Amino acid sequence: MSFDEIRSRAVSEWEALEGSDKTRIFIGAATCGRAAGAMALFDVIQKKLAEHNVEAIVGQVGCIGLCYIEPLISIAKPGRPHIYYSDVTPELAAQLIEDYVINDNPRPDLALGSTGEGEIEGIPRLFDLPMLKPQVRIALRNCGIIDPENINNYIARDGYSGLVKALGMKPEDVGEEVKKSGLGGRGGAGFPTGLKWEFCRKSPGNIKYVICNADEGDPGAFMDRSLLEGDPHAVLEGILIGAYSIGAGEGYIYIRAEYPLAIERLKLAISQMEEYGLLGNNILGSDFSFKLSIKQGAGAFVCGEETALMASIEGQRGMPRPRPPFPAQSGLWGKPTNINNVETWSSVSAILQRGADWYSGYGTEASKGTKTFALAGKIVRTGLIEVPLGITLEEIIFGIGGGIPDGKRFKAVQTGGPSGGCLPESLLNLPVDYKTLAQAGSIMGSGGMVVMDEETCMVDVARYFLTFTQDESCGKCVPCRLGTKQMLDILNDITQGKGKPEDIDLLQGLSKQINAGSLCGLGQTAPNPVLTTLRYFGDEYEAHIKEKRCPALACTDLITFYILPDKCQGCGICLRKCPSEAILGDKRLVHIVDQDKCSKCGTCLDVCPAKFGAVVKVSGEEIAVPSEPIPITPAKKGTEDSPESSVSDET
Amino acid sequence: MSKIGEGTNPQSQEKRDLLVLLERAQSRSGYLSKRTIAELAESLGLSIGEVYGVASFYSFLSIKPQGRNVIRICKSLPCYLKNAQTIIEGVRKEIGINPGETTADGRFSFELTNCIGACDKAPAMMVNDDVHGDLTPKKISKILQAYK
Ligand SMILES: Cc1cc2nc3c(=O)[nH]c(=O)nc-3n(C[C@H](O)[C@H](O)[C@H](O)COP(=O)(O)O)c2cc1C
Ligand code: FES
Repeated sequence: MSFDEIRSRAVSEWEALEGSDKTRIFIGAATCGRAAGAMALFDVIQKKLAEHNVEAIVGQVGCIGLCYIEPLISIAKPGRPHIYYSDVTPELAAQLIEDYVINDNPRPDLALGSTGEGEIEGIPRLFDLPMLKPQVRIALRNCGIIDPENINNYIARDGYSGLVKALGMKPEDVGEEVKKSGLGGRGGAGFPTGLKWEFCRKSPGNIKYVICNADEGDPGAFMDRSLLEGDPHAVLEGILIGAYSIGAGEGYIYIRAEYPLAIERLKLAISQMEEYGLLGNNILGSDFSFKLSIKQGAGAFVCGEETALMASIEGQRGMPRPRPPFPAQSGLWGKPTNINNVETWSSVSAILQRGADWYSGYGTEASKGTKTFALAGKIVRTGLIEVPLGITLEEIIFGIGGGIPDGKRFKAVQTGGPSGGCLPESLLNLPVDYKTLAQAGSIMGSGGMVVMDEETCMVDVARYFLTFTQDESCGKCVPCRLGTKQMLDILNDITQGKGKPEDIDLLQGLSKQINAGSLCGLGQTAPNPVLTTLRYFGDEYEAHIKEKRCPALACTDLITFYILPDKCQGCGICLRKCPSEAILGDKRLVHIVDQDKCSKCGTCLDVCPAKFGAVVKVSGEEIAVPSEPIPITPAKKGTEDSPESSVSDET
Repeated sequence: MSKIGEGTNPQSQEKRDLLVLLERAQSRSGYLSKRTIAELAESLGLSIGEVYGVASFYSFLSIKPQGRNVIRICKSLPCYLKNAQTIIEGVRKEIGINPGETTADGRFSFELTNCIGACDKAPAMMVNDDVHGDLTPKKISKILQAYK
């Protein structure tokens, strides 16, 4: 079958589906949907349909990015738009079948939004919702829309037309097109993709490799997982285009073992490509032949670094080596190798499908195109988004992400994972691109954005990132292995109230040495979280060191829980709930916290009835409380008679 | 230090791919015993140290016997910000072992891990290949019941 025939069949299949006289129901069933219970919905829906003797098409799609309200389903009745419903429990799914499919009430009160032709009264357009409206979905163009396990769905939506176009061009012209688009590597550094290809294409040798880096491991990052689960062919088409331009006959996808569903979908996608002649010898009748294999990681973060990754593909310990030589000169098995990130490859296929000019129409002068971000942490709408570069942090966090939950105040956003930094409120109006983030002391990174609120201690966050680096350092070079350990020790001291004034200079000095002396990006950038928190939240370090106080009330060694004697009504709830048996008291007696036993879990604060509000959490101050339980003072009397004499006699 | 793959031939290299062989051996017997490591070393003409070096580098490879089900709780920042500590405590109480240990009946191994890419549903954990998110201490017992 020629590709034209394949395509026209795929298009007819898609049109038949869209124009079907049956109701179509799609369930978002990526890992995030599944974790929220999506798989249980298939059964419930099928059963309910069978009960009513209704025939419908029930299928699965990937994730559209609205992870905070999953499971998500859409229902399209013949000739009507798709209506999306969120937070769908099995009971709600059954209800919706009953109400909409059977009784034709689309339940606008429950609907989230609609897509496709036609409108339904009372239901907004899905892509007009605040989380979706500012987005430009290029790498994620099909995620949540097509069945990722059906290659025909991809082909019907222009899939592999980019490859067809590329095969009709000279390999170097394909590279030029990518160069012209301004696309930069989406794995972190933003290095111009077309230029990187050129190095590899021009490198001497007949045997060359391309690699797709799917080892995503930055805490807070799940863009690549979602993309591979939602639209694997978009990535695979990009890899083929790159291989053709570079002159590579073989490629690998290196994917972490933590992503079993993505691995399964990739395997399936590759077998479908083979069936259609999109892999193997003389692809689509051209001179281009290509073989693609999946290589599974085994749980080592540093393997995301390109030289470590190649060592791991070769079956060795995944340890980085110095560059140069760069992979383009000497990579996998010593051959010229080009390695790009999952999102980069998916953008490549879009660029070949729609043109460099179209792509470079998005973004800023310095950073073209779009970037995906994973929103996590203390943010209302967690999920996956794709936006034009140049959008501000504020638009992302407050406009798209809905701001901070529980009425709390924004404190910082961490971009770039363990190599990145924490940016404060004063930088919320910063337009996001590679340059601005670097100037602010952070990096774009792969796209994780971890939002923190007023209850997060920035010293603790810096400490936490160094624990991560320590954990994941491969141990090969001394500055990374020992330098980060020393920094971590200092930060541990500071968060435990044992910090010394000279620690800040020490941290800065160590940061410089580690940055200059480490072999790979893991070590070189490990100090960034510390440096940015020192730069923007220096006062928090000062408070910990000088006043032994944690302003965010987060560092357990620096906080104390007290029960206020004038508020305690002796109800005993805290005493019963305390997991550490650290509360003394009895009926109608003022309860007290035994500070020696207290594990600072905060249970007492959570369970103390709001009308009493007797438990407080403080840092850097002492509150007068009786030394042992005493009868409560009747509620009416003011605070004045709280017995001053019974100040705790710890001293 | 040797350069990547200097002087080796990819074809023969691939068949000798130690990481793949180790992954396979682990999926057959649940872990990499001293004997397995010694046999692999022998058949590939490598030293036991070299094979052990690769086996111990990767956290998904285990040189200790593993339980029938492996619980991996994420300990990375986004999960930490959402009280992952209480989930770790909850699992510890539920199955009576600490991270790094395996229950006496061999039903569970318990590990802490870095980000599993489910941060949108933090705090999260994996039990074998299944991701469970938006965890609370209360949900744990019900989730674990499904794994025998
Ligand atoms: C410690 C470390 C971890 C990395 N992890 C990843 C990763 O998980 N995924 C990724 O694409 N790039 C990662 N990188 C960057 C890669 O080394 C490489 O630059 C990238 O895959 C190139 O692709 P790109 O040009 O498309 O961004 C990591 C780098 C370092 C130093
Ligand atoms: S941080 Fe826990 S899953 Fe990502």
